[in-house]
Amino acid sequence: MLNPISTAFKIAKKENRPALLTYTVAGDGSKKQSLNILKSISENVDILEVGVPHNTPVADGSQIQTSAYRAIKNGIKINDIFNIIKEFKKSNKNKPVILMGYYNMIFQYGENDYIKKCKTSGVNGLIVVDLPWPENKNFANKCKKKSIYFVQLLSPTTTNKRLKKIIKDSHQMNYFISMLSTTGGKLKVTPKEILKNYNKIKKINPKKQTVIGFGITEKTIGKFRCADGLVVGSAICNEITRSLNNRQNPVTNVSKLVKNLKKKII
Amino acid sequence: MKLRKGIPLIDQGNKLGFWGGKFGGNFVPETLKKPIEDLEILFNNLKKDKKFIAERDRYFKNWIGTPTRFIKLENLTKHVGGAQIYSKVVSDANGGAHKIYNATVHCLLAKRSGKKFICGDTGAGYAGKMLSMAAKKFGLKCKIFMGAKDIARQQPNVKAIKKNGAEIIPVYSGSKTLVDAVSECMRFWVANCDTTSMCVGSTVGPAVFVRICGWSTSQISRELKIQLVEEFGSVPKKLKLYNCVGGGSSSFGFWNEFMDYNKKQCEFIGVEAGGPAKSKKHAAPLTYGSKIGILHGAAQYVNQNSEGQIEETESISAGLDYPGISPLHCFLKDTKRARYTSASDEDALKAYKLVTKFEKLRPSLEPSHAFFVAISESKKFSKDTIVVVNSCGDAYKDKEILEQRLGKKYVKSN
Repeated sequence: MLNPISTAFKIAKKENRPALLTYTVAGDGSKKQSLNILKSISENVDILEVGVPHNTPVADGSQIQTSAYRAIKNGIKINDIFNIIKEFKKSNKNKPVILMGYYNMIFQYGENDYIKKCKTSGVNGLIVVDLPWPENKNFANKCKKKSIYFVQLLSPTTTNKRLKKIIKDSHQMNYFISMLSTTGGKLKVTPKEILKNYNKIKKINPKKQTVIGFGITEKTIGKFRCADGLVVGSAICNEITRSLNNRQNPVTNVSKLVKNLKKKII
Repeated sequence: MKLRKGIPLIDQGNKLGFWGGKFGGNFVPETLKKPIEDLEILFNNLKKDKKFIAERDRYFKNWIGTPTRFIKLENLTKHVGGAQIYSKVVSDANGGAHKIYNATVHCLLAKRSGKKFICGDTGAGYAGKMLSMAAKKFGLKCKIFMGAKDIARQQPNVKAIKKNGAEIIPVYSGSKTLVDAVSECMRFWVANCDTTSMCVGSTVGPAVFVRICGWSTSQISRELKIQLVEEFGSVPKKLKLYNCVGGGSSSFGFWNEFMDYNKKQCEFIGVEAGGPAKSKKHAAPLTYGSKIGILHGAAQYVNQNSEGQIEETESISAGLDYPGISPLHCFLKDTKRARYTSASDEDALKAYKLVTKFEKLRPSLEPSHAFFVAISESKKFSKDTIVVVNSCGDAYKDKEILEQRLGKKYVKSN
C-alpha cells in the first residue's frame, strides 16, 4: 500500500497546487484542544506535522518554543501524543501524520519501541531535527522497513555533493529549509532566491517530493505555489498563543487561519 | 571502551565524532553541518601548522600571561595535616579564569576563516568576559548569550562584558541559566552561520567544539608538567589533580598532559556541583549516575527525566550549573581514568572560607568545590602525596553571593 504521504502529494498535484502541511505541537492548548485542532484543520490540510515538544529545542524560534513549553507544562507525555494520533486517525484514517521532534526523546524511548508505537498509532513519517545525514542512516532504514517515511532535511548550507548523497538515501519526501533561520524567522531572502535553491534540489531527483518550510506565512505562502508542498508552523503556533491570551477558542481561530492559507494556494 | 596511549584524547573520537563509540557526535540541525565541517577542516589543519601554534603561543604568553603560578599552600597544608597541597593559580590568566584560552583560540580561528562576528554563551560570565576581551583584541564584533538568572548573580562579569563592547543577550527561557544560554546561542548561530563564528564556552557541544576547547585549555597541564618537574625533579610518584567540573573545560585542560600516566601515579578527581544540601536538584550528572542523552549536539550523561526532557539544575556556582557534561569526561568516567564526586553549595562556601583564611588565594565558587574535596581527602593521604587543585577562577565575580552568604568580611579581607 502506498504511504498516505505520497497519496496526499498526488492529490495536490492533480489539483495543480502545492500540498499544504501544518505544524502544531501535541498537547498545546491542552491534549484535547490539540486533538480538536488536528480534527478541525484536517479538511484543509494535506499532511499534518505534529510536534513532540522538547524543552531544549535548539532549532526553534520563540513561537514554537512557547507552544512546546506550554505543552510540557500541561503534562504531555510521549504516550499521550501517540494516543492523540490514534484518536485522530479513527476518524481520519487516510490523512497522513508526520511526527516531528528532537532525537533525545526517541533515544530515551528506544528507537525500535518508538517506531513500533508510530506504526500502531498511525504515524506515517518522522522528522528528527537534530539527527542529520549520515548520522540518521541507521534509524532511517529502520523506519523504511516499517513503511514510515524518514524525512530528510536540506538547507541552503547543504553542499551539492551532500545534497546528492542525502537525496539518494532519502525516502519519498524531503524538507527544504528555506533560509538560515530558526523556525518562525521572517523571510530574509527573496522567494526567487529560495525557489532557485529549491529547483536545484528538485533537479537532482524530480520524482521525490520536496516541501519548503521556514518563513511561510499567510503573507508569503502565495509566492511558493510551484513547490510540491509548503509547511506552516510558527504562524499557527503563534495563533494558538494569541487566542489563548485573548481567551478565544484556538480551535476555531486556527481553522480560520488554515482555511485562509489554503485559499492562497488554490 | 578503552583509552589509547600516545594519541591526544581530543583526537580519539571516531569518524562521526564519538568517543568510546557513544559520547559526543554531531546531533545538529542540517543547517549547521556545513559550518561545522568547515570549522573541522580549518582546525585540523591549523593544529598541525607550526606557524599557527607559534601565533597561539605568542598570544598565550604576551597577552594571557603564561605560565600561571604553581604555588604551595603551606598554611593550608599545615592546617590539614596530610598531603602536600598545591594550587595551580590559573586565575592569574588575563581576565581571571581559564576561559581565556578557548576564547583566544576561537577568535584566532574566526580571523582565519574571515568572519567578522563571533557569538558565545556564558554561565558564570567568565566565558563571556573572555570572549568579549578576545573579540575586542582581534577586532571582531561580539554577542554574548547569558541566562537572566546568571546576569543577576554575576554582575561584575556582566559589567566587564559590556565594557569590552560586546552585546549581552539575556535569555529568559527555561531555567534562565547556562543551559538556556547555550541553546539560544546555537539558535543564533543557525540563523547567522554565514557571517558569524560561534564559540562554545566549554568542552561541550558538537564534537569539534569539544576538541577546540580541550586543545586550548590543555595549556594548563602543559605548564603544570614543567612546573612539577621544576619543583620535584620529576612528575611525583603520588600525584592527585583536583578540579571542579561543570562543562569540563578547565579540568580537561588540567589533566590532558598526564593522560598517559598510570592512574596510581597520577589520579584525576573531578568535583561536580551537588547543589544546595537540602535540594534534590544538582548539576552533577556523573556523580549521580544520570543516563546518556543528547544535549546541545552531543551524547553525554545528562540530567533528564524518563521522557528525555532536560532537567533543571541548581548550584550556587553559575559556572557549574549545567545539566550535562563534556563527552570527554563521560569517556574518562567509563574508562575509569578519572574519578568523579560532588560538593554541595555549603561545602564550597566552607572551603572558600578555609582557603581564604589560610592563604592569599581567592578561588571563585567553582574551584571552591574542588578545594572542598581536596581538603577533605588530603587529611587521609600520606605526607608524600602531592595534591594540586586548579584554582581556575577568581572570586571577584562572586562578591555579591559571598557577601550575602558569608558576610562582608570575606569579601573585604582579600
